[in-house]
Amino acid sequence: MIEFRMPSLGADMEAATLVEWVKKPGDRLKRGDVIAVVETQKGAIEIEVFNDGVLDEILTNIGEKVPVGRAIATIRGMDEALGPALRAAVPVAAPEKIAPVTAPPEEAARPPPETRVVQAQITPAARRRAQELGVDLAAVKPGLGGVVGLDQVEAARPVTKERPGILFDEMRNAIAAAMARSHREIPHYYVASTIDVSRLMDWLEAENSRRSVPARLICAVPLMRAAALALKETPELNGHYEEGRFEPAGRVNMGVAVAMRGGGLIAPAILEAEILDMDELMERLRDLVARVRGGRLRSSELSQGTVTFSNLGEETADSVLPLIYPPQVAIIGCGQIAERPWADHGAVVVRRTLTVSVAGDHRVSDGRRAAQFLTHFQQLLHNPEKL
Amino acid sequence: MTLMRKITYREAVREALKEALERDERVFLMGEDVGRYGGAYACSKGLLQEFGEQRIRDTPLSESGFVGAGIGAALGGMRPVIEIMTVNFSLLALDQIVNNAATLRHMSGGQLSVPIVIRMATGAGRQLAAQHSHSLECWFAHIPGIKVLAPATVADARGMLWTAILDPDPVVIFEHATLYNEEGEVGAEGDLGVDIECAAVRRAGRDATIITYGGSLKKSLAATEQLASDGIDCEVIDLRALRPLDDKAIMASVVKTHRAVIVDEGWRSGSLSAEISARIMEQALYDLDAPVARVCSAEVPIPYPRHLEIAATPQPEAIVGAVRGVMRK
Repeated sequence: MIEFRMPSLGADMEAATLVEWVKKPGDRLKRGDVIAVVETQKGAIEIEVFNDGVLDEILTNIGEKVPVGRAIATIRGMDEALGPALRAAVPVAAPEKIAPVTAPPEEAARPPPETRVVQAQITPAARRRAQELGVDLAAVKPGLGGVVGLDQVEAARPVTKERPGILFDEMRNAIAAAMARSHREIPHYYVASTIDVSRLMDWLEAENSRRSVPARLICAVPLMRAAALALKETPELNGHYEEGRFEPAGRVNMGVAVAMRGGGLIAPAILEAEILDMDELMERLRDLVARVRGGRLRSSELSQGTVTFSNLGEETADSVLPLIYPPQVAIIGCGQIAERPWADHGAVVVRRTLTVSVAGDHRVSDGRRAAQFLTHFQQLLHNPEKL
Repeated sequence: MTLMRKITYREAVREALKEALERDERVFLMGEDVGRYGGAYACSKGLLQEFGEQRIRDTPLSESGFVGAGIGAALGGMRPVIEIMTVNFSLLALDQIVNNAATLRHMSGGQLSVPIVIRMATGAGRQLAAQHSHSLECWFAHIPGIKVLAPATVADARGMLWTAILDPDPVVIFEHATLYNEEGEVGAEGDLGVDIECAAVRRAGRDATIITYGGSLKKSLAATEQLASDGIDCEVIDLRALRPLDDKAIMASVVKTHRAVIVDEGWRSGSLSAEISARIMEQALYDLDAPVARVCSAEVPIPYPRHLEIAATPQPEAIVGAVRGVMRK
């Protein structure tokens, strides 16, 4: 049995309110399926599951505010026995009585969902108000008759209401400082190339259709893989420029620009990306994105990037001309892969194409190096099966 | 600005009857002692002299008989206004009201209308003992096919009758016996008709909602004065119509105040207060900051001795106590 927990959808997110259960107990779940919709300070967000299985039990009611990390549902593997919610004969209210007898060990170890019920009598209005205010009812001192009512909740309301988005403001400030420095100090040059990626996409689709759902690749993975390999051949694009001196990096620590759903941007690095095959890259990327959204990044990932990969492929941008993240010396930007007219042996055909841009630090390299990078990058993508 | 004047509830009922008799010749009055005696509560005093025996008809002591005759007249196109002395006596006419008046439109597939108005006194407070003092409005409010009204103010006593007469279906009007001598303001002239669907906010407030009707309205308002001096600001909803209930008005107030006290002179068990409480649970549970409280009559036949009658029925002190209870203060 897997506990599905309220995911963190931003560094400042502490809790979210359940708005809708998209899936119901008994529904089959695929990794990536939207299971529920939650309301955060940034609006309604669909939350996805990360495991295949069957939705076993819903632990959170609509309208309930749930802290990040609290289990909101349990998901059962396909071959696991029915959980309590699907054992129709078992009263839901008394799972703790039954668990020791019939439940598998891991389920017995799971505290019954009702253990958090607070002993004080809480009025419905107080309960709702507490949710609105983010007041922890367990910490509210009951009033007359041991009842927690609206008055008690209002009294327990945090004096300075947390300003929403504080961390995002800080993040914005950090981005502002870095990008202003980049724009001020780094003499950028740009080189761009539009590449026919039809073969790559065909290969990727065929590959993914063979793979199990969790093992499938997103198209950023071969692009990153090709970029990492091409960067090995163009060391002037990979390293740090500090105190008037360029220090090439031996490894390709590829920073990946990850947009946070609530706003903000962060580019933690996948360390030694050039030695990772595509499966490993996919795994690291998934892990990284999950941790960006969970706010659990490692300091190395934030400080040791040697180059940045910025993919706007999910948006409608045709191309992107990004700013270098100092002290790095290059950034690679990918636009959207889409069908476009393409000249091929004297005929106009429809191909899936991608415009890749490289911004380089002119103090360290010249456009020609970036053009070489693009040529190499393109060749690698033309033979995706060899990547 | 409309010119206002002060009259008693009794005068308001009489004016309304007189107006109806003048406005529509199909209207006639029928009941025990409505003619020569002028009505048990003197609401029809003088009408016999003015409108004659054809239209102000004294009847034998047979509620089933004269209510049945009224239903027949209504089916025949008349607009009878029937007076039953008190709700206790209406039980003799329940068969006519429940089995005939309320059903005929439905049983005839809409071919028959029963535009009858039945007025009766209800409630305790006049030391008339257990056979003349009960509040059985709830029994009628249970019945689909009729409308049930409880004018609690002079303006409603004056204005509800004509609207009820215009209604194509049976309307039962409960006049609380302690209200007849109450004074209140009504418009000096013009159409004084009022709607018979909506509850009314008789006092706006933010802390707790008192939901009441009929004879308990003035007691509830009296309670709010005392509560206001303690800083508890009550809203008072006068239901006005007991069937159908104005859920919207009730919920709007409860959602605002988060606390509800229902004051109902009926007995608690199976009462209107029970119905209203259930509806609040169904529609506004998550807005409640306290369990719904009820102030009802003691579960005894209403006693004759003055002190016991007072003890058995809702009084301002009990309402104050119930409001304090939901305020947890």
